[in-house]
Amino acid sequence: MSTTLSAASAKPRHKRVLPGFGLSLGSSLFFISLILLLPMTGLVMQTANMGWSEYWYVITDERVVASYKVTIWAAVIASVFNGLFGLLLAWVLVRYEFPGKRILDALVDLPFALPTAVAGITLATLYAENGWYGQLLAELGIKVAYTPLGIVVAMSFTSIPFVVRTVQPVLEELAPEEEEAGITLGASDWSVFRRIILPSLWPALVTGVALSFTRSLGEFGAVIFVAGNMPYISEITSLMIFVRLQEFDFPAASAIASVVLIASLLLLFAINIWQARYLKRLHGR
Amino acid sequence: MSIRLENISKTFGQFQALSPLSLNIDEGEMIGLLGPSGSGKTTLLRIIAGLEGADSGRIQFGERDVTNLHVRDRHVGFVFQNYALFRHMTVADNVAFGLEVMDAKQRPNKAEIQQRVKHLLEMVQLGHLANRYPSQLSGGQKQRIALARALATKPDVLLLDEPFGALDAKVRKELRRWLRSLHDEIGFTSVFVTHDQEEALELSDRVVVMSNGHIEQVDEPAQLYAQPNSRFVFDFLGNVNVFDGKLEQSRLNNEQAWISAPSSDVPLNNGQLYIRSHELALHTDATAVANLPLRVVAVNPIGPEVRVELEPHEWQSEQIWEADLSHADYARNPVKRGEIVFAEPKNAYFFREGSQQAPEQVSWDSASQPVKAK
Repeated sequence: MSTTLSAASAKPRHKRVLPGFGLSLGSSLFFISLILLLPMTGLVMQTANMGWSEYWYVITDERVVASYKVTIWAAVIASVFNGLFGLLLAWVLVRYEFPGKRILDALVDLPFALPTAVAGITLATLYAENGWYGQLLAELGIKVAYTPLGIVVAMSFTSIPFVVRTVQPVLEELAPEEEEAGITLGASDWSVFRRIILPSLWPALVTGVALSFTRSLGEFGAVIFVAGNMPYISEITSLMIFVRLQEFDFPAASAIASVVLIASLLLLFAINIWQARYLKRLHGR
Repeated sequence: MSIRLENISKTFGQFQALSPLSLNIDEGEMIGLLGPSGSGKTTLLRIIAGLEGADSGRIQFGERDVTNLHVRDRHVGFVFQNYALFRHMTVADNVAFGLEVMDAKQRPNKAEIQQRVKHLLEMVQLGHLANRYPSQLSGGQKQRIALARALATKPDVLLLDEPFGALDAKVRKELRRWLRSLHDEIGFTSVFVTHDQEEALELSDRVVVMSNGHIEQVDEPAQLYAQPNSRFVFDFLGNVNVFDGKLEQSRLNNEQAWISAPSSDVPLNNGQLYIRSHELALHTDATAVANLPLRVVAVNPIGPEVRVELEPHEWQSEQIWEADLSHADYARNPVKRGEIVFAEPKNAYFFREGSQQAPEQVSWDSASQPVKAK
């Protein structure tokens, strides 16, 4: 009797693959603090030395505001372009078989692997008036290098893998039966794409574009070599931070950086919330 | 609408999925394509739908030649094995899809579409789920929505790929009856694919048995059961015991076991006797008809009968034998696991060795008595 009692009172133990919830969560939090939170606290501390009015004055400086505009516009154009072109690229990689598919697949990651400064210098050389592309474009009267257009090119180059790599796995998992069901019901190819495929891809596509956008907001290395960096015209916000740093005005640099940080964070949170709702509907609540 | 298939063939790379085959399906008929996986039944269904192109042959719907017609113009309803409901749309939007994507000229107006959808959902008895999403439905509900969606455009032909494959036994039976009554009510021509012989026999007007890309037999269920025309159909239609015998001294021998010549005057030869499990009687000793010693492996009372699994004793058979006894017969001779019993066939089908022809039906005099009484 006593043995059955003690057996009944023993708690069932759930074994996990990684032992020690306390240990694993603790070390995760420790590293997040060390690598992510601490530097961000430093950033906030540095701006905290300024008063509100001074903060406001720094971040609404005319030249800085111009840089916001240039950065945001360039990032919007670059990420929308990436959304379209990245979707196409992912589609080609998933739906078609062709020689060299593996190589193309690997090349998509190149912008991640390449040092951004190398990318910037390469783009600047290519698009300069005497470069390969620059010569041709000059005949059409289009200048890319050292103009805001160059910023767009550099931004889309460095952030296209975000779109391809978020859309690709979702596209791979898309059941061909849903498309076939659409066709047997008489839908045109375009209807099938717009009404069946695209809604399934939306969450991934929007996430990819948003990641591409936030990455573009912060891009520095690739952009400054090709942008020309003319005040009020082709200066990006990251460069403004760099300029303030070179003036040893650390609080001002931090203040501008905090604006970029907050904008990126808000966007990512918003996307996450929207995506969670959308996916809930797809996979049940 | 009737369907006419002529010399349809299909290869995937080196694999011959369908050897040239022809089939006529009458208007309003319900046809079951039955076969094991890899027999080409799903390929045939997809070719009828137009989701797959045939390498050769012709397909006609009624008088209309649809061989080179695109799926979307064939006007078929297709129900997929995994339902393939549009996950991001509500149930009502799913059902309305086929109507929404019609050309502006043919498309009913919004109110009409709503009315049709409502009617269809009531027909499948799921009107109360109109605003749910597919992920909130059970398997049986999804299946019915898939059917309502396929019927929304009033197709000429309804094609179903393993329609009840993913459902549990009870729901499956219920849906089967429901589909049959719906079919009788509306009268569409339908073709469905299944690997479940019970489903094929219960649901179809005619069953098409397929193997390795061939049609083995096309017949009404009762006829198919009474006269299977090949070893394959026999094996596939359910439990059958095979006795592989050599003709010696006017009886069929297999090592220590033998079965005497049947009473019907069929000239015997080497060959196989196919004996259905309910055509076997079990005795404690050999009889004048047969000496088939078997060891009892298991005794399972299943519903109206007792199924006895038997293992050949001092002779060879590729498979375990089964005898289905009535409870009364079992009570008369309650065999136990491990015992040796002697089986006696009442009726059987005889396949001659080396012959591809249909089997001959044979039977033995039931008057025969055990050689020595117990």
